[in-house]
Amino acid sequence: MAMTKPTAVALDGATVAFRLADGRVYTAVEQANLSVEHGEFVAIVGPTGCGKSTLLNVTAGLLKPAAGTARIFDRPLSGLNRDAGYLFQADALFPWKTAIDNVAIGLEIRGTPRAEALARAGRWLTSVGLGAFAGRYPHMLSGGQRKRVALAQVLIRDPKILLMDEPFGPLDAQTRQIMGNLLLELWTADRKAVLFVTHDLEEAIALADRVVIMSAGPSARIIGDWRITLPRPRDIAEIRMEKDFHALHREIWGVLKDEVMKGYVQSTQVGAA
Amino acid sequence: MSRVTLLALQVLVAVVTLVLWQVLSTVPVFGKVLLPPFFFSNPVDVFSQIVKWFSTGVIWKHLAITLWESILAFVIGSAGGILVGFWFARQPRVAAVFDPYVKMVNALPRVVLAPIFALWFGLGVWSKVALGVTLVFFIVFFNVYQGVKEVPTTVLDNGRMLGMNERQLMRHVYWPSALSWMFSSLHTSVGFAVVGAVVGEYLGSAAGLGYLIQQAEGVFDVAGVFAGMFVLSVFVILIDMGVTAVEKRLLVWRPTAAARD
Repeated sequence: MAMTKPTAVALDGATVAFRLADGRVYTAVEQANLSVEHGEFVAIVGPTGCGKSTLLNVTAGLLKPAAGTARIFDRPLSGLNRDAGYLFQADALFPWKTAIDNVAIGLEIRGTPRAEALARAGRWLTSVGLGAFAGRYPHMLSGGQRKRVALAQVLIRDPKILLMDEPFGPLDAQTRQIMGNLLLELWTADRKAVLFVTHDLEEAIALADRVVIMSAGPSARIIGDWRITLPRPRDIAEIRMEKDFHALHREIWGVLKDEVMKGYVQSTQVGAA
Repeated sequence: MSRVTLLALQVLVAVVTLVLWQVLSTVPVFGKVLLPPFFFSNPVDVFSQIVKWFSTGVIWKHLAITLWESILAFVIGSAGGILVGFWFARQPRVAAVFDPYVKMVNALPRVVLAPIFALWFGLGVWSKVALGVTLVFFIVFFNVYQGVKEVPTTVLDNGRMLGMNERQLMRHVYWPSALSWMFSSLHTSVGFAVVGAVVGEYLGSAAGLGYLIQQAEGVFDVAGVFAGMFVLSVFVILIDMGVTAVEKRLLVWRPTAAARD
């Protein structure tokens, strides 16, 4: 008897505003409605500075919306989202811990005995392809390797929701594809709900079940929602050659293009936030 | 420049300086000694003074006293700096209230405190320790404060999202960050601990390297003053080498400490 699982993330009319230094109020995101079903991979795409990350921070509980609600598995979110793991855009590893300690820490603070935490961290490092780098400090790893450690650090806690903020943004094109495939491979194993923010539409289509488009900020809104029905398992590099991929890309890009131009114009004006 | 050439040149500088010093203070040039021995002594006398100190063993007591004072000043000053640094960084209101007073006390040249400390703590070890503490405290305090404040927001958010509570954030994020800042100023703070001890001894005491120099100066024994200065610099260099060794061990995770792995 199949019970429908509650929606993992449900934002309802979420509005986020910041008070600027000069006292004005800057509305980053206005009236956003967004849901991520259990086991669904949703990508948010929008022009630079449109508040994609803001929306992600609301879901993480790092930001409180000025209006509207955030519900996680049907419970209103208050404080930090304890069901979520967050993969940051910038380097977020603890520079004073080795790779394996960085991964193990999520378990240790939960009270897992250190020996067990280290053993499991070692297995996670192996599954992200860094088994031989356990003793390295973050500064001794390349950008791509650091992202792998960060991914293991988040996944070892087995969060029900995975939030990712342009996680592969700083990486070169080849590494991005490799990381994308690694992510899909790990995700396929246990199908967490994923909210993936990116400015790269191709990446979004290649990875996600749904692609959500945001308008240019300020007062960014969600202006489109496409279901990506491309078959899985997918290969990030190869799927870009498919005809269906091109059709989707053309269709979504038609909407996104105008917003990107608007965002570009705004970012060149003095006083734009 | 190879290591050998560098070392040879470094030794050459010392030899030339010493020879010049010796010659100018003993051999008259055009009937006039350029460095009168009364004011400048000469390297041979200075050296024999040092040898005498070590052969009779008097120097060890003074070295031990100065070392002990420096260690106490460093430990107490650091502990205080860490505590207050953490407290202020985590309680911005407290920091704001005390800010002008911290700046005021720090602006004060510490030497003027020496007479007060001598009155309060006597002429023994503790007045020197107190002087050193006032120097070490502020260096450690500012660095720890900065270290806690400057933890990158992303790293902090990551800690929170990984489920850390305040205590765990303290232990795994704030503390290592503050320590790394503190260690980066370790040379300065250890150096200042020695400065506090020696200056304190110089201004009034019965033992220590500062006392030794002050005594020699009191009887116009210039060779003794130079000998004291020489022993003091070697003492500081040895301590500094110790600090470098500690630093290398503790800051392995830093890009500069272990760049080429």
